[in-house]
Amino acid sequence: MANFTISRRGLLKTSAVAGAGLAAPMVWRRPAYAYTNEPTGSSVILGFNVPQTGAYADEGADELRAYELAVEHLNGGGDGGMLATFSSKALSGAGVNGKKVEFVTGDTQTKSDAARASAKRMIERDGASMITGGSSSGVAVAVQGLCQEMGVIFMAGLTHSNDTTGKDKKANGFRHFFNAYMSGAALAPVLKSNYGSDRKAYHLTADYTWGWTQEESIAAATEALGWQTVEKVRTPLGAGDFSQYLTPVLNSGADVLILNHYGRDMVNSLTQAVQFGLKGKQVNGKNFEIVVPLYSRLMAQGAGEAVKGIYGSTNWHWSLQDEGSKAFVKSFGQKYGFPPSQAAHTCYVQALLYADAAQRAGSFNPCDIVAALEGFEFDGMGNGPTLYRAEDHQCFKDVLVVRGKENPTSQFDLLEVVDVTPAEQVTYAPDHPMFAGGELGQCNPGA
Amino acid sequence: MTSSKTNDRILLAVFSVLVLAGPIILAPFGAGYPDLLQKFAIYGIFAIGFNILFGLTGYLSFGHAAFLGVGSYAAVWMFKLLSMNVIPAIVFAVIVGGLFSLLIGYISLRRSGIYFSILTLAFAQMSYNLAYSVLTPITNGETGLQVTLDDPRILDGGAAGQPFSNLFGLNMIETTEVSILGMAVQFNAGFYVCAAILIGCFYISLRLFRSPFGMMLKAVKSNQNRMSYTGLNTRPYTLAAFVISGMFAGLAGGLLAAMDPLAGAERMQWTASGEVVLMTILGGAGTLLGPVLGAGLIKYFENIFSAINEGVLMDFWSFLPETLQHAVVSVSSLFVGEGWHLTLGLIFMVIVTFLPGGLIEGASRLGRLVTNRGKGENGAARPAPAPAE
Repeated sequence: MANFTISRRGLLKTSAVAGAGLAAPMVWRRPAYAYTNEPTGSSVILGFNVPQTGAYADEGADELRAYELAVEHLNGGGDGGMLATFSSKALSGAGVNGKKVEFVTGDTQTKSDAARASAKRMIERDGASMITGGSSSGVAVAVQGLCQEMGVIFMAGLTHSNDTTGKDKKANGFRHFFNAYMSGAALAPVLKSNYGSDRKAYHLTADYTWGWTQEESIAAATEALGWQTVEKVRTPLGAGDFSQYLTPVLNSGADVLILNHYGRDMVNSLTQAVQFGLKGKQVNGKNFEIVVPLYSRLMAQGAGEAVKGIYGSTNWHWSLQDEGSKAFVKSFGQKYGFPPSQAAHTCYVQALLYADAAQRAGSFNPCDIVAALEGFEFDGMGNGPTLYRAEDHQCFKDVLVVRGKENPTSQFDLLEVVDVTPAEQVTYAPDHPMFAGGELGQCNPGA
Repeated sequence: MTSSKTNDRILLAVFSVLVLAGPIILAPFGAGYPDLLQKFAIYGIFAIGFNILFGLTGYLSFGHAAFLGVGSYAAVWMFKLLSMNVIPAIVFAVIVGGLFSLLIGYISLRRSGIYFSILTLAFAQMSYNLAYSVLTPITNGETGLQVTLDDPRILDGGAAGQPFSNLFGLNMIETTEVSILGMAVQFNAGFYVCAAILIGCFYISLRLFRSPFGMMLKAVKSNQNRMSYTGLNTRPYTLAAFVISGMFAGLAGGLLAAMDPLAGAERMQWTASGEVVLMTILGGAGTLLGPVLGAGLIKYFENIFSAINEGVLMDFWSFLPETLQHAVVSVSSLFVGEGWHLTLGLIFMVIVTFLPGGLIEGASRLGRLVTNRGKGENGAARPAPAPAE
């Protein structure tokens, strides 16, 4: 039975209302900002929106570490990291535009809804001028759309789907990380020189947007080599057991297995494929091979022994020997005691690029920052000369092809860089069919 | 138990005032920003609807998030195809939510108890997986359905520029900031649309609880077998309750999309279905106000507690001596930030153990304590704990 003690509760509430009534509006004020969250005080607030819970929590934690390091460097703390190697010298370590950099954090939970809710909180309540982060393309696309509506800049974190700067691109959004097309373009020559041009590929693909764009990209790149695609099989996201998908591979006549999986899925599918004895099997008179197009050091750690000799691509690796990478690895290692992941690298760079653009523009107005970043060329950030292309706000830079190390010397030393594919080889036209549809639109300063 | 019309009117009036003054009341708690206020109102609607099914009939549905998700997709498609005005989107969301719940309810209600719960859970999880991958052309899969610049929007006649959801030209994200007693208070157009609908829904639920139909549903909860033996077919009543609550869920989903034009598949996940069950039980199943309170509490934790990091804690405990401060911060940081689930779980355990009637029981016990009129602890006024099933 429902029960109501109206009179008593009513009494309580009436007094509450009376209290609220007393707090009658004193002064009316319309926001007089030129754009959303114009920093008026002595500091500017950045919003770091990373997965703190869920499947990508490890990556999120590393991203947050990188952001905290970036803020420290921007405010003049620490050893300055990549600020010293960055080709643009606008930033001096005295904040941005004379304002101290502060930050707020949010948990995306790797869910579009939760990510948008926490981004909204940071924009509406905490007054964040920029949102950055994320470890999934779904979240990146969702938050990018939100930032376009609210009129703040979005600097994407780890997002590899073609769609982020393809059909879902937005004027207020920027991506430094590479994408599935680039993975395909970078991997193809290496695969050809190692495995030849007469191969039969079998795809296992995580059944969602990112998996599909990667499958499409890799299939196109390998078919251009002369490979045949035997079968493309979609596996549900988060399937712990892949044995039912791996058994048919043995009888399909394929001699290469391509795993379009990421995170825990990749760890599971690769480990099981190796346990099934796929590696080292002889098919069509050739050695059976496995390829993981998108690699990360954190995933390699999870898969352990299974990654040995497996090829894949990555955005950045801590063992790179250029000045920028060395400076970043050094200051990250000093602060946290272990080398940064590629997610940490891209997030750190994104934070610095935003700050630099604001400093060069002399303003935090999103439209000024868009103008400062479009077509911006820079170097010294660990990826060689890089271009932020104006047409789709995608960074174009060298892509690393890596292989699981046979004899790792430490728990972090799991991948070796076998090839650095130059930026020209992975560059595509802005209206490439895999990226077609959608418009960048106009930058939106909000307010 | 008799309840006079006057009391109901007072309840409705007080509820309305509290909801409308929400931005002022919640601002001191750091929760007075538009997005969270909207969420409070929307999940309040969702929980009110769930309570019509669970609180009245005792049928525990574990799949209500499916209706919420379907409502969101319906609304976003209206935005894409018809107009950015929220009215057609919300109406269509309610219709689709209702139809979908009719389908699922018709099948699931053939069973009761745990079997019913499992059936609804299975349907919801099925919908989630369909939305996540199989139906990607309709749902845009994992990325979520968004409005884009090149959508047809036949009623808006190709208006250029960024599309904003609006009510006849009033943008939902329009916010006026006012300083009240030195506190910045944000009055947001979207929140007031949600608030008006929440008050309407509360009124409907109030009337439903008092109606003969509501009485029939309560009878189903207390003893369905007895009702069948007296020759009454209970199925139409339970189905009607299921569809009504599905329509409430569709409405909530539509409003979510209206406030923020995006529909993602994870809105339909089983955790989202579990959340509305938690909200209702936390607030008090079978009570009118309880679900709204429970929804507010959970959303507050999800959005505010999860955002507290060590820096904030350091400030909070700064009055302590430094060594003690660090110790207190390291302990309390377990319960905030990513540990907000832990805090919520503890609160849930405490409430279910000591206040089976939820927050509402706590409030009425408190009320009794204050007005202590000499009624014994075991007096007749003590509310019967609402059984979960």
